[in-house]
Amino acid sequence: MTMLTIAKALNAGLRRALEADPKVVIAGQDVGKLGGVFRVTEGLQKDFGEHRVIDSPLAESGIVGTALGMALRGYRPVCEIQFDGFVFPAFDQIVTQAAKMHFRSSGRLAVPIVIRIPYGGGIGAVEHHSESPEAYFCHTPGLKVVTCSNPADAYWMIQQAIASDDPIIFLEPKRRYHQRAEVDETVTPPPLHSARVVKPGTDVTLIAYGPMVKTCLDAAEAAIEDGHDLEVIDLRTLSPLDMGVVDESVQKTGRVVTVHEAQLNLGLGAELAARISDQCFYSLEAPVLRVAGFDTPYPPSRVEEEYLPDLDRVLDMVDRSLAY
Amino acid sequence: MSDASGASGEIELVQLLTPEGLRLEHAEYSFSGDDDQIKSFYRDMVLTRRIDTEATALQRQGELGLWASSLGQEAAQVGSGRALGKQDFVFPTYREHGVAWCLGVDPVNLLGLFRGVDLGGWDSQRYRFHLYTIVIGAQTLHATGYAMGVERDGLVGTGDPDRDMAVVGYFGDGASSEGDVNEAFIFASSYNAPIVFFCQNNQWAISEPIERQSRIPLYRRASGFGFPGVRVDGNDVLAVHAATVKALERARSGSGPSLIEAYTYRMGAHTTSDDPTKYRLADELEHWRLKDPIERVRAYLTRCGSGDDAFFADVETEASDLAADLRARCLALPDPRILDLFDHVYAEQTPYLAEQQAAYAEYLATFEGMSPEPVEGLRQAQPAFPGGVH
Repeated sequence: MTMLTIAKALNAGLRRALEADPKVVIAGQDVGKLGGVFRVTEGLQKDFGEHRVIDSPLAESGIVGTALGMALRGYRPVCEIQFDGFVFPAFDQIVTQAAKMHFRSSGRLAVPIVIRIPYGGGIGAVEHHSESPEAYFCHTPGLKVVTCSNPADAYWMIQQAIASDDPIIFLEPKRRYHQRAEVDETVTPPPLHSARVVKPGTDVTLIAYGPMVKTCLDAAEAAIEDGHDLEVIDLRTLSPLDMGVVDESVQKTGRVVTVHEAQLNLGLGAELAARISDQCFYSLEAPVLRVAGFDTPYPPSRVEEEYLPDLDRVLDMVDRSLAY
Repeated sequence: MSDASGASGEIELVQLLTPEGLRLEHAEYSFSGDDDQIKSFYRDMVLTRRIDTEATALQRQGELGLWASSLGQEAAQVGSGRALGKQDFVFPTYREHGVAWCLGVDPVNLLGLFRGVDLGGWDSQRYRFHLYTIVIGAQTLHATGYAMGVERDGLVGTGDPDRDMAVVGYFGDGASSEGDVNEAFIFASSYNAPIVFFCQNNQWAISEPIERQSRIPLYRRASGFGFPGVRVDGNDVLAVHAATVKALERARSGSGPSLIEAYTYRMGAHTTSDDPTKYRLADELEHWRLKDPIERVRAYLTRCGSGDDAFFADVETEASDLAADLRARCLALPDPRILDLFDHVYAEQTPYLAEQQAAYAEYLATFEGMSPEPVEGLRQAQPAFPGGVH
């Protein structure tokens, strides 16, 4: 067991992946000497060399496009996109090129690429540094999308993503990078594409992922004072969704609130609501309710604390659910 | 000395065979093959053109949804395709039918994409010819990344002709404006990747002339990125071959990327959906018709006596047979099955896709007379492999 932050756990997971498979390479802006702007790749270039930890020219499409070419050559590239808002120059290479290659080749080609993206707000950043672009990628067949919420998942999920033969968007909750917890490097981790109940409860199910898992856990603790026993699910995998855990929870509680930073319209909450009403219609005591970012562009940081879903907004929605 | 724009100064053009079929000497480039090799180039060019005209005919008859013609670009494609070594790997656009031919790709597999029966019907690893890329320029980054992988594999600069390899990234004058092509130049240059950027400047990007894409000759762009560029007569198969051989040797030896601008002309429409009479003059077409890549080789072979009437007649017969066979096999291409779509979205099918597949199979079964195969049997046991050249 080691006490690690999410950032250090990712670093340890990347190190272990580099050690385990000589075909694993890391590429991105500033990932080498600097160790990335969040220091997630710190020390890796020093230990594995410039051929495996590659400082890239400042060009996101180039980073992902060349990673795809390396993958076709048998490598397993891990790309770092420096911030969520900078991924869009690489959009064609991700959604049109990488995502479709396996399908276009009738399964002959695989492109095992991991695209790491620090995402989400709450760090007082300037614009384009706080966004939550997951829905774009979840909407794309051929891509998988996962996100970690704690150091142990960070450590294991990055290794599992690298070992996967599909292109994977790996979203890292940047405002939780320094959250600390024990990581056991000896256990067998759960499958990558599985959700998990992180706090069992009986009254309302909160479904969250990434940075909102902590928010929901805090809300569940606060709700105890009001006499409400909330269940919290960490989705972990956004595409494909693991609906088994969700359905089981909803059948127990009958009430669901989804929580994400990303905008409301066509966000993950919308898909969850549709799937839950389809699969758990007779268990529901209330409509599936959603807490999300507003349908505006991400705001200037001085108002981001109000824009981002927080404990109070989650509990307010819990009350609305319970009022049905 | 040229001015800062790079637009002035004498524009060089490497030419080893004139439109009249006369051989020329060049200080830096020479064709080292014999007349038998030139005859085989002639054959490849005639067959490539016949594949192309047959495909155009098939489109006109409603058998293909679209066709992107390579008419007029046979020397650029065959000259470069025949220069490839047995390890070299190609990333094409969607028009490199002649290069595909040189690498042994069955032309009926090129038609599949345009007939709508598949999205790339050949084994790209086996033929060292990647699937066609329709979003202009994206493939130049794939080529560069692949070349970076080759370099990491230690297959550059060993001096062993059975090991050293290079990558060719094809693109066109239109794509030269794309960010991806410029990023590919930067990555290739920065990492000294073993790649040849092969630009077929066919003068037209659908309706937009080269002047809209570049105010300087395209080959001069290379110097701004830190590697050499050369313009060759793209309708001269000998010059294209010589320039490609040299660029490939440079790449394989570890000396890095280079750019070849094959100066040619798109004799046909952009695709069968295009109408070039709306934007270009018939005079221009006539001017380029006199520079035809096949006629000049025929003139040369006739003049030097290496090609007699029997040879030319044999090639014509072979082309006719090829076209008839291609047509028959195109019409026999099986349609894809809707239930197969769900199989190769991911390396392993996800449960949600399996549900959708099963639900649609059940839905189909509700129609009288329909008996879809059981879904369990649909997924082919075909392992995916990341790369395959090992």
